[in-house]
Amino acid sequence: MNALELSRNFLLAAFFLYVAGAIVFTISVTGKKSGKATGGRLGRVGFVITLIGFLAQVAYFFSRWQADGHIPVSNLFEFTTFFSMMLILGFMIIFLIYKNNSIGIVTLPIAVIIIAYASVFPTEVEPLIPALKSNWLKIHVTTVACGEGILSLSFMAGLVYLIRAVDQTKRSAKTFWLEAVMFVMICTIGFAAIGGVFKAQNYEVNFNWVNEKGQNAVLTYHLPAIVGPHDGQKVNGQEATFGPLFKAPSWMNGKDAPEKLNTVIWSVLAGLVIYALLRLVLLGRRISWALNKIMRGVSLPLMDEISYRAVAIGFPVFTLGGLVFAAIWAQEAWGRFWGWDPKEVWALITFFFYAAYLHFRLSRGWEGEKAAWLSVIGFVIIMFNLIFVNLVIAGLHSYA
Amino acid sequence: MGQKVVCECGHSNPEGTILCEACGNPLREEMTKPILTMRYEGGALRSQTYKRTIVDKIWNYFSSVKVGVALIILILIAMAIGTILPQDNAIPSDDPATYYPEHYGRFGKLYVMLGFDHLYRSWWWIILLGLLGLSLIVASIDRFIPLYRGLKHQRVTRHERYLKRQRLFGITQTENPDDIIEKAKKVLKDKHYKIREENGNVFAEKGRFSRWGAYVNHFGIIIVLIGGILRFVPGMYLNEGFWIPEGEQLAIPGTQGQYYLTNHKFILETYDKNNKKYKEALERVGGNVAKNFQSNVTLYKVTGDAVIGEKPQLKKVKDFNIRVNHPLVFDHYRLYQSDFQSELYKMHFSLVNKKSGKSLGDFTVNLDQPKETYTLGHGYKVILEQYLPDFYFNKKGEPDTKTNLPNNPAFVFKMISPEHPDGEVSFVAIRTNIEPLGTNDYKIAFKSLDTRYVSGISVRKDLTIPIVFIGAIIFLIGLIQGMYWNHRRIWIQRKNGELWVAALANKHWNSIKKDLKELAEKTGLNEPIDQLEQKVFEKERGIPT
Repeated sequence: MNALELSRNFLLAAFFLYVAGAIVFTISVTGKKSGKATGGRLGRVGFVITLIGFLAQVAYFFSRWQADGHIPVSNLFEFTTFFSMMLILGFMIIFLIYKNNSIGIVTLPIAVIIIAYASVFPTEVEPLIPALKSNWLKIHVTTVACGEGILSLSFMAGLVYLIRAVDQTKRSAKTFWLEAVMFVMICTIGFAAIGGVFKAQNYEVNFNWVNEKGQNAVLTYHLPAIVGPHDGQKVNGQEATFGPLFKAPSWMNGKDAPEKLNTVIWSVLAGLVIYALLRLVLLGRRISWALNKIMRGVSLPLMDEISYRAVAIGFPVFTLGGLVFAAIWAQEAWGRFWGWDPKEVWALITFFFYAAYLHFRLSRGWEGEKAAWLSVIGFVIIMFNLIFVNLVIAGLHSYA
Repeated sequence: MGQKVVCECGHSNPEGTILCEACGNPLREEMTKPILTMRYEGGALRSQTYKRTIVDKIWNYFSSVKVGVALIILILIAMAIGTILPQDNAIPSDDPATYYPEHYGRFGKLYVMLGFDHLYRSWWWIILLGLLGLSLIVASIDRFIPLYRGLKHQRVTRHERYLKRQRLFGITQTENPDDIIEKAKKVLKDKHYKIREENGNVFAEKGRFSRWGAYVNHFGIIIVLIGGILRFVPGMYLNEGFWIPEGEQLAIPGTQGQYYLTNHKFILETYDKNNKKYKEALERVGGNVAKNFQSNVTLYKVTGDAVIGEKPQLKKVKDFNIRVNHPLVFDHYRLYQSDFQSELYKMHFSLVNKKSGKSLGDFTVNLDQPKETYTLGHGYKVILEQYLPDFYFNKKGEPDTKTNLPNNPAFVFKMISPEHPDGEVSFVAIRTNIEPLGTNDYKIAFKSLDTRYVSGISVRKDLTIPIVFIGAIIFLIGLIQGMYWNHRRIWIQRKNGELWVAALANKHWNSIKKDLKELAEKTGLNEPIDQLEQKVFEKERGIPT
């Protein structure tokens, strides 16, 4: 077995261990009737499973490094998997401080979704372009991912808080938005599922188009084309394939933007189907209603503190990686430490947002539910920078 | 300043103090809640005390965290809008006023009108940042002083009301308080608390320095902002660029003619498509993937005084290979490999007799510095009458040159031969050969073309970097100081034969609760109750408080 295959197996092992961990944590919280001691013991079992999963993922990381010949954080697949690893790391730190099982119910499934999501992107070993050939690739990217992982944990705790705190007996704006968060997460599952299905069939349709740099190029879709490239034509011999039903707007300037937009549309469609099925199973009740039932025993002040603690730990790490190390590398590679590139700007927006969060909390006393909603917005901003900045906006970071 | 407020414990507090600096007695009952708000130790904030003069009003405005956060959010929203369309330095046009409406319609027009196309140079952006800086300074001073006073003057013995109204509070009935207090002191000492004693009461404190974190990090941000302003001071910042062909030596722009650079060779490497490791990825991407951009250069420094019109004396400083991520650094300057292009360098021709087709000799025109006369021997000679490096037809319909770069070279040659000692005229351009003065016996035949690389080098100097860097480091230190540690205080006091324990953390209450749990286990003290959690609990179950 070569290093690449080895790394794939390790990642797969981590994936299933996280699934198992998620199940154990869920039982440890819902099976409260059997007493607090059982919950604690099951929690420890869940933690050990998670730890083994994490070690498997670390093994994936280093074997992939061996296969790549450089640190595996240079494309979307590699970075996103690394991000999930940091999420788990953050979870383990928080678990060791607070010994709390409820966070595991949310964090582990999200880590699983993220790995599945990452695996839909091209997973081949890619060479490094000159701009990425620097030791700062290791330092900057890993610190940013670590910071974002810990900050995301604030969202996980905030989400548990909201699931537990929002009154599900009557409809309100809160139940709507909480359900919207659930829906977006289900769309991610939809994306992974639909991407996996068509990837297994090696589905492909190609378009001749003018790309974001104004060059003639071929754009490959791995999903049936609902939305086609602006000014694009299917290549000869593929006219009979499905779509496109309409064209992407011309202002979408990211790398291969039409193909990514197509993927988003598919994810939403798949998400809608899964969501409808789940509601059907729940006899029409909201998903957050069902989760609320599971989370009955959760301590709200504790969730609030964990959510805040994650920001307190993650904010300096993110600042160090996303702004300071980023600036040092930018100075080294591009000759300016700050250039208002969209990715840089969104890192600064993330920074300012969490600064506002801390001020709201420390000076204006926004704790509990308000802080939990803020942590949701913070996560949305992080995800926006990870995914959508590459999708919609052309910039120096559009590597994948 | 205003009047002093003297507490029943005898301490004299500044006007506006909410909780006595020494004993914690609530001095302004109307401003406190059942559980005391311990922010800034209940000290007198200037902004909450003086509200009369215009200075007071401005001070109060900028000291408000609400205003500070509002500024942060405005900046955040402005930046987000600024990424919807590319900034003006990223568009392929020098005229934003027409480019944006043309490409983005009415929205583009509005974008330019509001200055979003050059957001980070617009006057209102600079004002926003200035206001944020002001707010940082005012708010920090406003809060730092009372906090510092409060923590400095705090006494061991605290007022009854102060203790009772802490979030964590508990009472223990005991026969032998001395024994418990001795044990408690040991437990807390082992947990690295600083212990002070007064009349048999104990005050344990830990991590006070973390309270200064916020002020340290605000100070760091102010330094970063100052660094940003200094960029506009002449001489602090330089941003130039130049094109240097292979084999050439040029003065480096922005160095006042002090430095010269020779470009020996530009190297462009791409990944081998048969590379086993990357084969799959390279096939998917299609086309070449760059592996390395590199200019092999030598840096020279001018020695002695330069005389105008004369080539200066140069001393070699060093050889260097400038690559992406590896700039050439010297004397505050940095040279970056930022671009490259390939240009026409030499054209090879031969003079041909049209009738016989026989070549009478070859010659080469250097497109950068062409010679005037090319002697071929045996009475044959070619004279370059006119050279148009970037040939086009101007408005009058005459041949002309657009630039001095050899993008589309054209030549007017005079061909001297024994038959035509006065010469025949031939106009030669790429894929063009015109005989403007009738039919010639001879022609210039194009043979081949040499190209060479031109390196695009950017020249940077930024003396603000150390300032910005130090600011960033101070910011991070302050952030970690404030975020990774917390300030914990525990009071153990004798009251009417009971032992009262009150505890306070500025955040992360779970950590101090753990300390208290251990304290209770090892000393026999009752574990203090979290009065806040108690309230939440009662509220959820509908128990009126």
